[in-house]
Amino acid sequence: MSFAADRPSPRRWQRLPLNPMGMFGLVLVLIFVAMALFAPVLAPYDPVKINVVAKFQPPSLAHWAGTDQLGRDLLSRIIHGARTALFIAMTSVGLAGAIGILLGLIAGYGPRWLDGLLVLLFDSLSSLPMILFALAVITVMGPGTATLIVVVVLISIPGYARLIRAETLRLAQADFILAERTMGAGPVRILLRHLLPNVVGPLLIVLSMDIPVIIMLEAGLSYLNLGVRPPTPSWGNILQDGYTSLRSAPSMVIIAGVPLVLATLGFTFLGEGLRDALDPRLAVRGLR
Amino acid sequence: MLSYAIKRIGLAVIILITVMLAMYAMVFLVPGDPASLALGPRATPELKEMLRERMGLDQPVVVQIWNFFRNAAMGDLGYDVWSRRPVLEQIWEVFPSTLVLGALALGWAVTAGVLLGCAAVVWRDTVADRLLGLLSVSLISIPAFVVAIYAILIFAVWLRWLPAIGGGEAGDLGSQARALILPAFALGIGWVGYVARLVRASMLEVMGQNHIRTARAFGLPERRIVFGHALRVAIIPTIAILAVGFGSILSSAVFVETVFARPGIGTLITGAVEKRNYPVVMGTVLFMTAFYLCVVTAADLLIARLDPRVRDVFRG
Repeated sequence: MSFAADRPSPRRWQRLPLNPMGMFGLVLVLIFVAMALFAPVLAPYDPVKINVVAKFQPPSLAHWAGTDQLGRDLLSRIIHGARTALFIAMTSVGLAGAIGILLGLIAGYGPRWLDGLLVLLFDSLSSLPMILFALAVITVMGPGTATLIVVVVLISIPGYARLIRAETLRLAQADFILAERTMGAGPVRILLRHLLPNVVGPLLIVLSMDIPVIIMLEAGLSYLNLGVRPPTPSWGNILQDGYTSLRSAPSMVIIAGVPLVLATLGFTFLGEGLRDALDPRLAVRGLR
Repeated sequence: MLSYAIKRIGLAVIILITVMLAMYAMVFLVPGDPASLALGPRATPELKEMLRERMGLDQPVVVQIWNFFRNAAMGDLGYDVWSRRPVLEQIWEVFPSTLVLGALALGWAVTAGVLLGCAAVVWRDTVADRLLGLLSVSLISIPAFVVAIYAILIFAVWLRWLPAIGGGEAGDLGSQARALILPAFALGIGWVGYVARLVRASMLEVMGQNHIRTARAFGLPERRIVFGHALRVAIIPTIAILAVGFGSILSSAVFVETVFARPGIGTLITGAVEKRNYPVVMGTVLFMTAFYLCVVTAADLLIARLDPRVRDVFRG
C-alpha cells in the first residue's frame, strides 16, 4: 500500500529514502554497527586487561578516553560495549520477532478458542511492569547475557504477536486469500506463502523501533550489576564503574554516558525515519 | 456502562490470576529449588531443609499454589525468609516514597508536555514545530538513569545545590522535598517527550473538527481556541496513556531510585534480587502488577464515562 498520495508535495530532502532525522540516525547506527563488528580491530587495547598502575588516568593521547579504576582503557571498553549492546539487542529482537510472528499467525488464523487463550496470555504478559518482571526473571535464572535475552524476548513477544494477529485478521478477509481458499490451498500454504510475506513489513519497523529500548534496558540492568557480568564490557557496567568514582574521576562517568545516549538517539531517529517513510499508520502505536 | 465496568474489571481479575500462575510456574520451571539457590553452594542439608520448610516448599505443588492464592487474596504475600518480616509490611514501608516520586515525575512531565504539545500546535508546520518534534524524540530516547547520573554530577557534585543521594531526613519535609527534585526530574524527562507528541497528535485531529471551525468563524484568537477548546477534547486519549505511563514510570523508578539510593520499591526489589530472595521479589512484582491493573482499569472506566463511544466497542 502506498501513502504517497496523502503526502504534501515533495521538497528536495523528501526525495531521499529517509528524512534528515532518519538519515542522521542511520549514520549514527552505522558507526555503532561498525564499532560492534570490528571491535577487536578498532579497540586500541584489550578491554579487560588490568593495569592498576595506570588507573584513573584522564583522557590523553595514549588513552583517548582515559582509564578506569582498574587501569583498563575506557575507549576499548566502550567499543567492545557496542558489541555487547548490539549483540543482545539484535539476538533478542530476532528471536522475539520470530516467536511473535508464529504466535500472531496462530492467533489470527487458528481456531477461536486458541486465539482467546493467546490474547489473554499476551494481555497478562504486557500488564506486568516491564522492569520489575525482568528482575523477577533474573532472580529465577541468575544474572547474565542469556537471562537478558530471555527477559527481552518475554517482554517483547506480546506486542509483536498482537501486531501480527491484527494484520492477519485484517488480511484473512481479503479477496486474494478467499481466492486461494476456493482454489483449495491448505491453511499452512496460506499462512506461509500468502499471509506471512504481507505481515512482516509493519513488524520490521516496530522491531527497529524497539532496539533502542532494549539497549537502554540492557545498560540499565548491567548498571545494577544484574545484566552482563563483569569483566565483559557493557555500557551499563562502565557507567556503574564511573558512578562509583563520580567524585574522584568525573570524566569517566561523563564519557561513559555518551555512547549510550548517542546509540539510543541514533536507533530511535532511524526507527522513526523508517516508520515515517514506510508506514505512517504505525505512528499511533501503544507505548511500552 | 455497568456491563462494561463488570467486563473490564473481570478481565483485570483474570489477568491478575494468570500473572500469579505464571509467576509461580516460573519458580518451578527452573532447575534447583529456591531454598538451595538462595543459600548458595556452601549450605548444609539441614539448613536447606529448614529453609524449605519455612518457605513451604516441602508440601505438594497443588497445596503450595492453593496456599499462595489463598494468602494473596487475603493480603498476605508471604514472609521474607531473611528478615522474617511479612513481605507486604516491607512493601507498604517503601511504597509511598515510590508513589510520591512517580506522581511528581509524571506531574511535571504532563505539565511540560502539554505546554510543549500546545506550542507545537500553535506553531504547526513551522521550524519551531519541527524542532519541538526533534526535542520530544530526543527526550524519549535518553535513558532516565543516565540523566540521573548527569544530574547528580551537575547539581549535587559541582553546584552543590541539591543532595546527591538518599530520601532526605526522616520527619524533615523540607529535606525530603529537596531530595525529591533530582529523581523526579530524571524520571519524568522522557515522558515530557511522550506527552508532547501525544498532545500534539490528538490536538491536530481535534483542530479539524466542526466546533473548532465554529470557534474560528466567531473570530476567537488562535491561542484561545487551542488552550480553551481543543485541549479539552484532546486530553481524553492522554488520560489513557497517563494511566499506562504511571505504571511504567513506577517500574522504571527502579533505576532512578538505585542511582539516588532512595528508599522505595526499586531499591527493595533490587536488593532482594541480589540475595535471590524469592518471596520479596515475587511479592513486589505481584503487588505492583495489581496496582498497575487497578490504575489502568480505573482509567479505562473514567474514559468510558467521558467518551460514550468507547463503551460501545469493548476493546479488551
